[in-house]
Amino acid sequence: MKISPKKVEMARQEPKVRVKNFNEVALGYSEEEAIEEAKRCLQCKKAPCTKACPVEVDIPGFIARIMENDYRGAIRKIKEKNLLPAMCGRVCPQEELCEKACTLSKKYEPVAIGRLERFAADWELEKGNPEVGQLPWPTGKRVAVVGSGPAGLSCAGDLAKLGHNVTIFEALHKPGGVLVYGIPEFRLPKDIVRSEVEYIHSLGVEVKTGYVIGKIYTLAELFSQGYQAIFLGIGAGLPKFMDIPGENLNGVYSANEFLTRTNLMKAYLFPEYDTPVKIGRRVAVIGGGNVAMDASRTALRLGAQQVFNIYRRSRKEMPARREEIQNAQEEGVEFRFLTDPTRILGNREGWVTGIECVKMELGEPDESGRRRPVPIRDSEFTIEVDIVVMAIGAGANPLLPSVTPDLKLNKWGYIVADEVTGKSSKEGVWAGGDIVSGAATVISAMGSGRRSAKAINQYLMEG
Amino acid sequence: MYKILSKGNLSSSVKEFTISCPEIARKAQPGQFVVLRIDEKGERVPLTIADYDRDRGTITIVVQEAGKSTCQLGELNSGDAISDVIGPLGIPTHIERIGTVVCVGGGLGIAPVYPVARGFKKLGNKVISIIGARTRELVIWEDKIVPVSDELYTTTDDGSYGRKGFVSDELERLIKTGRQFSLVFAVGPTLMMRAICEVTRPFKLRTIVSLNPVMVDATGMCGACRVSVGGKTKFVCVDGPDFDGHQVDFEQLLRRQRMYLEEEKKALVCYDSAHRLGERR
Repeated sequence: MKISPKKVEMARQEPKVRVKNFNEVALGYSEEEAIEEAKRCLQCKKAPCTKACPVEVDIPGFIARIMENDYRGAIRKIKEKNLLPAMCGRVCPQEELCEKACTLSKKYEPVAIGRLERFAADWELEKGNPEVGQLPWPTGKRVAVVGSGPAGLSCAGDLAKLGHNVTIFEALHKPGGVLVYGIPEFRLPKDIVRSEVEYIHSLGVEVKTGYVIGKIYTLAELFSQGYQAIFLGIGAGLPKFMDIPGENLNGVYSANEFLTRTNLMKAYLFPEYDTPVKIGRRVAVIGGGNVAMDASRTALRLGAQQVFNIYRRSRKEMPARREEIQNAQEEGVEFRFLTDPTRILGNREGWVTGIECVKMELGEPDESGRRRPVPIRDSEFTIEVDIVVMAIGAGANPLLPSVTPDLKLNKWGYIVADEVTGKSSKEGVWAGGDIVSGAATVISAMGSGRRSAKAINQYLMEG
Repeated sequence: MYKILSKGNLSSSVKEFTISCPEIARKAQPGQFVVLRIDEKGERVPLTIADYDRDRGTITIVVQEAGKSTCQLGELNSGDAISDVIGPLGIPTHIERIGTVVCVGGGLGIAPVYPVARGFKKLGNKVISIIGARTRELVIWEDKIVPVSDELYTTTDDGSYGRKGFVSDELERLIKTGRQFSLVFAVGPTLMMRAICEVTRPFKLRTIVSLNPVMVDATGMCGACRVSVGGKTKFVCVDGPDFDGHQVDFEQLLRRQRMYLEEEKKALVCYDSAHRLGERR
């Protein structure tokens, strides 16, 4: 059979339509489309895709089952390694991982592994009541997981499947971490997050929301309550600002605040929901990552007339996924590459009126291997805006580490942990996800959560 | 869900709630706050813990009906439940034995100044309390402040109770008598705290204020509550809420507190109209 060089297209909302709503942009495969795409898989014995997957999903295995109309079998196969497939199918950077390794990609477009994973996961969610399977006899060991983002959820799920008694402590009022406060509805519907959290819960994990560990309990207190091991998946929850004049003007947001208001607090439904967000006429979003794309596209959907994405390097160096950059462009986000803000301008009442920027050019490569942007002298110019969103990354939130003196941190405040096991300097404490790596991806956080679960299991059963 | 165990009407618009949250009550310290979310559609409202009872497992908050959320809260009664109470948040007030401490509470700030005054008193300090409000009806918790104070001065803007004037006038009068004070702790409306700082600044009298900016997550994640203190940006939720009042950029804080005035009005209008409709039914 001749292999189609291109992936089966996935239906998406038209840009003109979707920019006016918060519904999911990508609509998923039908059964026919999924089977057709599954047939493109070469079923390589060596499965380079699986090796490239941070949680080692048996990719040819689940795709083969889709091909045979055995969707139940497909989702079971995925869930052997990945307990949050509906999310990963949507937000994993497959183009950098499994799909990059796909044998087909040498000549053609790779197999649409992410879309197929999503298909299998959505199929199960639509059927309702995802299978829990046989849970092992309880071990009687108790584990506290701090943070209910991707690292915490996958660590908790794995430990529960090993028979441990797991409690997740989440600081916010809803579980999911960055999956609920950060990633927008149109990219990851919150119903999907809720369903996958419910699945983790159905494995026997207790989820306690509104518990700010470090405030209500220290780690020492958790141990004295009978938890025998602790996993910290607390994320990189500290917004970065540029340290330029005008950042405290009214109308300047951190991306965290802008997205938390809109996603977690549902400000796009204000006043039905209580939390408001300022809707700009002209909005500047600073930064070139996925969060910047999310913020730009959110600003458009809230009703901004013009959204400028300001990035100090060129399109080539942008860390955002190509797909997200393309989505943003289709929707009308205006890119201002090689541009760096120098100050934010305001009026007498303290509201933002514009952003002064300087033009940049690319010089020699820096430590990251990307060419370093250098300001061009006397090239300052002003863009008139009324809202500015700083999406230039996040740092380590010091709330918990600052009250845990024996937890070793690196110079940026991230927790020092073993690369494989996630073991920290403190006895009985593991850490993973962004609080160890710095801001990274959902799937890498999940991978570290899983590896820590394995190590914690060993510690509990042997130690 | 967190159950309201009792409700007190301190005035027509000021309500006191005692809420069952044993884990928070066990940890709460003077100066800390909770974030409260009434229901699924509610916003996250930061409220200072006005009192706590570790044995009964309760905290007490005092709210003034002003915006949508506080009006909605004001409608709740003993036996009702609140969706989320999160805390205790913020750094506790630094309470030490230093001599004579003036505790100033303005308006709704009288309630949260109470545990601070009690804390200073307990450590053997001489506590002088100054409390005041717009009018007699709004002077709350005087009965609670009396036993934790060595001296108490009361003011109202309209002179309907205590001395006519502002709490800052009363503080200035006390300072000008030549008495020596080690510390002033003030909590209340931002304008009042600014006025207190202006009174103490010429005397280089150490003044701690408890700030109340707009917050969202209140765990240092969003930066909504940022304010300049000594030229540096601080997050009130995790770096405060207490700061050296002489270092605070009050103008910026006042501007930032006004950021959502339009939206607050809109939310209240929507709530009022829906509410009245409900009553008619």
